[in-house]
Formats: sequence, C-alpha cells, structure tokens
Amino acid sequence: MSGEMTTMLAEQPRLGRVRLMRWIRRLIFYVILLSIWEGIVRLEIWPPYLFPGPLIVAAALWEGVTQGLFLPAALVSLRRLAIGYSISLSLGLVLGLLLGRNKLIQETVGSLVLGMQALPSVCWLPLAILWFGLNERAIIFVVVLGALFSITLGVEAGVKNTPPVYLKAARNLGARGVRLYTQVLLPAALPAILNGLKQGWSFAWRSLMAGELLYYTLSLGNLLQTGRDLNDAAQVMAVMVMIVIVGVTIDQILFAPVERRVRERWGLA
Amino acid sequence: MAERHLVAQHGHAAAGMADASEQPSGGISLEIVGVSKRFLARGRMVEALAPVDLQVKAGELICLLGPSGCGKSTLLSIIAGLEPPSSGLIRAGGRKVQGPGIDRVLLFQEAALFPWLDVQHNVAFGLRQAGMPEGERMRMAREYLELVHLSGFEHSYVHQLSGGMRQRVALARALVLNPAVLLMDEPFGALDAMTRDKLQIELETIWAATGKTILFVTHNVREAVALGDRVLVFSPRPGRILQEFSITLPRPRSLEHHQTIDQAREILAVLHAGQRPTEEANDEW
Repeated sequence: MSGEMTTMLAEQPRLGRVRLMRWIRRLIFYVILLSIWEGIVRLEIWPPYLFPGPLIVAAALWEGVTQGLFLPAALVSLRRLAIGYSISLSLGLVLGLLLGRNKLIQETVGSLVLGMQALPSVCWLPLAILWFGLNERAIIFVVVLGALFSITLGVEAGVKNTPPVYLKAARNLGARGVRLYTQVLLPAALPAILNGLKQGWSFAWRSLMAGELLYYTLSLGNLLQTGRDLNDAAQVMAVMVMIVIVGVTIDQILFAPVERRVRERWGLA
Repeated sequence: MAERHLVAQHGHAAAGMADASEQPSGGISLEIVGVSKRFLARGRMVEALAPVDLQVKAGELICLLGPSGCGKSTLLSIIAGLEPPSSGLIRAGGRKVQGPGIDRVLLFQEAALFPWLDVQHNVAFGLRQAGMPEGERMRMAREYLELVHLSGFEHSYVHQLSGGMRQRVALARALVLNPAVLLMDEPFGALDAMTRDKLQIELETIWAATGKTILFVTHNVREAVALGDRVLVFSPRPGRILQEFSITLPRPRSLEHHQTIDQAREILAVLHAGQRPTEEANDEW
C-alpha cells in the first residue's frame, strides 16, 4: 500500500507535463482550424456578410460583450435556466427515488417518463404559450420538462443499481427511514445521478435556446434571431460562440468538480 | 507481544465507549427457537433453512460450517434482524429480536464499505446514526482504526485498500458500536491465506479481550476448528444442523497443529457424508 502511495506521488509532475502537452496539441488544432476558415473566406466564394472570417466574428463577439447586449442577454438566459433546472432537480430527485424504490410506480409512471423522454421538450412550447402566454412561465416550463426526465431516469438507474448490501449494512449499523435515503441511497447512486444531471442540463440548455428563438425579449436565443433579421452573420456566429462559452463554463464550474470528486472517491477511471 | 498491545488498546477503547453510552461491552446469549426460512423464487417456494434450534451462551464463539446455499447466511441475516424468519423466533439477551439493532452487527464477505465515504467516516457511520457529535465520533473512529492497525489510512477511500484492509475497516466499523454479538458471514472468505491467518488471530484476540458473542460462518473447516468453541455442521439446502462439535483444544490454536488437523478431518467426514456428491469440492480445508 505504501508502495502504491509513493508511485502515485511520483506520478504527479509527469501528470502535469502530460496535461501541458495535451493543451498544446489542442491549441495547434484550433490554430489550424481557424486558418482554414480564414483561408476559405479569402477565396471570396460567398459574400462576407454571409460568411465572415474568424477575425470579424471575434470582433463582433468582443463588441457584443463590451458594448452590446451579450452579457445582459446571457444573464436573462442563465436566470431562466437556473430557475427551470432547480425545479427539475427537486422534482427529478423525488420522482427518481420513487421510481427506483416502488414497483407499482415504476410500472406505471415509469413507462410515462420513458415516453416523455422521447419527446423533445421544445415541442411543449406551443402548448405552454397557449397555457401561460408568451412569457417567462412558458419558457421555464419548457426548461423544466427538458431536464426533468433525464434527471429522473438517472436517479432511478442509480437507485436500482445500488448493491442491496449497502442498504443492509446501513440498516445494520442503525440507519433508519429518511436517513437511508439521504445518507445511503442518494450518495450510493451519485455516479448515475450525475450522468442524469449532466444530460438533463444539456437538454435544458438546448430547449431554452430553441424556445428563446421565438421570443421577442432580450436573451441569447433572441440575439441569434436579431442577427438574422439584420442580415448580420457575424453577430449570429458571435452569439453561437457565446452560447458555447456559457455552456462549457457551466459544465466546468458545476459538474466537472463534482465529477472529479466522485471519480476520486469511487476509484473510477 | 503485538497481541498483548492489541488487548490493552481494545480494553481502553471499550472502556471509552462504555463511558460514552453506558453499554456493556461483553456478549449476550442468543436463543434460536425453531427458526426457518422459505421464500418464493420464480414462482416456486424454496426452503432455504429447515427449522433450527440453537442456544448460544454469552461470550461463546460458534462457527457455522456448511456448503454454499445451505442457509447459514440467511440464519445470520435473521439474527441480525435484517429479514424476518418464516417461523420461529430469536431472543438476544432474553429479548425477542424485532428488526435490526446495533447490539448485533453483521459483517459481510464483501466488507460492504461505503465507497462515497473515506475510511474514517465509514467507521463513524453507525455512531452518526446514533446521534454522536462529529468530533467525538471522529475521535472514536481513529481509536478503533488504531485497534485494527489502520492508523494513517483515515482519509483513504475504499478502492485504495486491499481486501484484508477492507475487512479490518468493516471490523472497526462494527466494533466501534460496541455490539454484544458479532455475526460474521465469511468475512475472510475472499482473502489470501496469510491475510486470513492474521485476521483470524486478531479476531480471536479481540474476542478474548471483550468476551463478545460471535457467530462465524465459514467454508473452511480448519478455520472453524481454530476459532470455534463449537462447530456446527449444516446440511445442504434446506439447511439444518447435522452435527455439533465442541472444540476443547487449548487456545491459541495453530492451523498447522496436528490436533487441529485431526479434528478438522473428523468434521470434514461429517460434512462429506451429509453432502450430495455433486456439491462443491472440499479442497478448502
């Protein structure tokens, strides 16, 4: 064991170099990609307002962030996402636990959840607008439905795949009632739950962007639409880059640290 | 020398727990009265355990020996209160068993440590359920990790430990609750021979120091002879007690000693006679 420990420690600096090399390779790839893009633009096959080069898009992005509406728009979108996702998370945890623990609920509600999962949640938008009007509630409803079923199914899978011996051991050590759920079942299911949470988040993000295309108030999705209305492909692309950046950042801030911790604890590769 | 050290430490640790929770540290008696188990599997009623009667004195170490699937584990699970018997009843220390209780702690073959907790928090899990404050339970967890020779591994995770170390943690996790009865379901079954011998000796030392009642399920005849005050030989499913051996050899018993081996041979003969010829091989003894 102490032998294993020392090799682990010795690998630390090597790991740092491996990571650095990975970033360098990645950088080279993107430099090549952008050069090809710029090269194609210079061939002037398409007019620049339809197919702008990377420098023009970067300039549009910079302008949008510093002087334009990119940041306030991103805040609007993130706020919707935060509200919708929190609702999905609370509902999904409870629903997933019920599905994983109760056979009757699993047979009945479970089939419905699977069916709903097959329906892209933006399909709910027309109905939501009829019910709630073209407002925040309708779009948050769509975000909730986007994430809910992935989270539910993730929790259910995690609970079902938890080895029964953990529950036995916990009951044996005096765990009862709600504590069996909070201190054993949920942490034991965490790796699967995390997958559900990540998938739910990406579905929610997609549905939100799709929904916002239809909205007239300021938001990231709406900025895409404005770019189209102005015949400004550079703005459209800059907003797309912005959406990627926001998405990746959230993934890195919210999920990556939890994922790293789970891997470390469970010894997953 | 190391053993005496262990005894001294454990005496101390047990005293600490007695102060904290006013529990007795010794064993209690077990009465198993007509306990049987049947369950439904694929629409067929399976009889796992024929009615078993057994009296266990406080502080006795009993080894249950028998082929796989003979219901020994089921019996331990019923005594632990994790599943109800189909008939009969269990009395622990004179009181009827109705559900799990930390006076009877079960140890599993696969250790069943929680992978989301580090070693120290695993050991402290039961104390947390009992409502002991964080600082106090961490102190006790460290104390019991020292007892099982795992000081320095408090913050390791389960996947970083070897099989033997996992069983030590499981043992510490049970002992920290100061149970009167330890129910051990082949806890050393998956370990290599050397680790197994070492853990046997440590278990015997802890048992001698605390006087806990221990029920120990094993496949290994010599292990049973080396550890048990009594060895109960079970028949194949539905399990019933074929024969009971009182082992009076002086302790500590060496696995290699000819008396151990002779006794083991005698028991093995009974085990063989009670077994269908297709049952698993007995090269384990």
